[in-house]
Amino acid sequence: MSTKETRKKDKMSVRDLNLSYGDFPALKNISIDIGEREVLSLIGPSGCGKSTFIRVLNRMNDLIEECRITGTVLLDDEDIYADSDATTLRTRVGMVFQKPNPFPMSIWENIAYGPKMQGIHDRKTLNEIVETSLVKAALWDEAKDRLKKSALSLSGGQQQRLCIARAIAMKPEVILMDEPTSALDPIATKKIEELVETLKSDYTIVIVTHSMNQAARISDKTAFFLLGEILEQGETSRLFTSPERQETNDYITGRFG
Amino acid sequence: MKQKTKDGILYGIMILATGIILATLLWILFYIVSNGIGSINFAFIFSPGNEKGIFAMIVTTAWLVAVSLAIALPVGIITALFLNEYSKNTRPVRFLRLAIETLAGIPSILYGLFGLLFFSRIMGLGQSILSGALTLSIMILPVIIRTTEESLKAIPVSFREGSLALGATKWQTIYHVIIPASLPGILTASILAVGRVVGEAAPVLLTVGIAKNLPSSIFQSGRTLTIHLYYLTKEAIHQDDFQIAFATATILVIFVILVNASTRFIASRFTAKLEQ
Repeated sequence: MSTKETRKKDKMSVRDLNLSYGDFPALKNISIDIGEREVLSLIGPSGCGKSTFIRVLNRMNDLIEECRITGTVLLDDEDIYADSDATTLRTRVGMVFQKPNPFPMSIWENIAYGPKMQGIHDRKTLNEIVETSLVKAALWDEAKDRLKKSALSLSGGQQQRLCIARAIAMKPEVILMDEPTSALDPIATKKIEELVETLKSDYTIVIVTHSMNQAARISDKTAFFLLGEILEQGETSRLFTSPERQETNDYITGRFG
Repeated sequence: MKQKTKDGILYGIMILATGIILATLLWILFYIVSNGIGSINFAFIFSPGNEKGIFAMIVTTAWLVAVSLAIALPVGIITALFLNEYSKNTRPVRFLRLAIETLAGIPSILYGLFGLLFFSRIMGLGQSILSGALTLSIMILPVIIRTTEESLKAIPVSFREGSLALGATKWQTIYHVIIPASLPGILTASILAVGRVVGEAAPVLLTVGIAKNLPSSIFQSGRTLTIHLYYLTKEAIHQDDFQIAFATATILVIFVILVNASTRFIASRFTAKLEQ
């Protein structure tokens, strides 16, 4: 009955974004659309602005005093910088960091933390949120018997999945992942990658990665950053097989980076 | 071979240095306790009617510690939070830091002088536990602020980011993540503060006074263990008097060790709970 859309709706749109730390321009003329329930990977050499860019999307750069931003960033056609308060945005756009950073609390407390801060205190509701989040993050089987134990007792890979569960507990629309597997071993990395595969049916995911294989395996779209600019962006399969720019080709074949 | 000899010599020096510290501590403790333990009995410590007893002094000391901390801890912790979490490096903030540094460097007798004139005379509190506690709370503020700030600084940025990224506000982050994680440091700040209040003599003498009777409220004068010890030693003539002084010193030492140990115990329990 319904006609199948050839292009997914844009979840986030970035136009003419410029960002500088003091006098240093860290991002230059960034424009990119992020489709709904799409995995976008950001690749590029260290210091090229990938992490800075991903932190624009949930306004984590607000914490940095010297940071100046111009341009527009839309989430569902609303300017995310319009409101002076970033907390609502951050409940809609979750983030997973490079190093797993569970709070020094129990596993249960870690996941219930976000909902509690939004005023949910009903024990039953919280228990349900904790369970669904852990199930979605593929950590339930390992964690269900030790919910009251400290989150710091988990292994690195488990901690990172806990952080993903913690983000999921907020029922976000977009999940940002800043090199989520760079501190993990190959087996833990594989689990996270599989997790991203399943999560993308529910969430829009933006992932910064240094691994070409990872970007190629898990993402629909890829953007290649170099010196604060997006040099090339497009379908992952296309970008990795026939890059338009010489620099992209050099980077993905490992000639620099 | 030569390098190895050097290492050996250095190692020896370190052992010696550590040994000197340990031996000094043990020697002082042994000297005090062995001289004092003979005069300590139940009545000496707990009987308010005992002529030579120290019950009143223990109560005064406890009151002084409690009231000083009740005033200084909230002010100090809030200041530390402001300095570390909210303030930017502006001129007024630099001035505030300078003020705190200066407070830390003022000899304690000057606090005593100020307390005597301001709290006791101008505010009309007279020589009382409250007057002394107000004076001492100013004196211990720098210690509390600095120690608390150090522990706040030690909390990884990743905790703050993790909390903010979940849509928590700055205050929620501070209250639910930062303060719990810095509790061991705040406890350490409290121990240091207790140590200073218990051990202080000059400002206490001026503001709390020397009344030997049991204080019934914080508006009365009293005599802390340290001041009592000072008078006992000064006025000691007979061997007995010295023994009472040593007995008082023993109680003082035990008190300090107990405070230290219990706070450490709480702090370690707290950390252990986190790492379970």
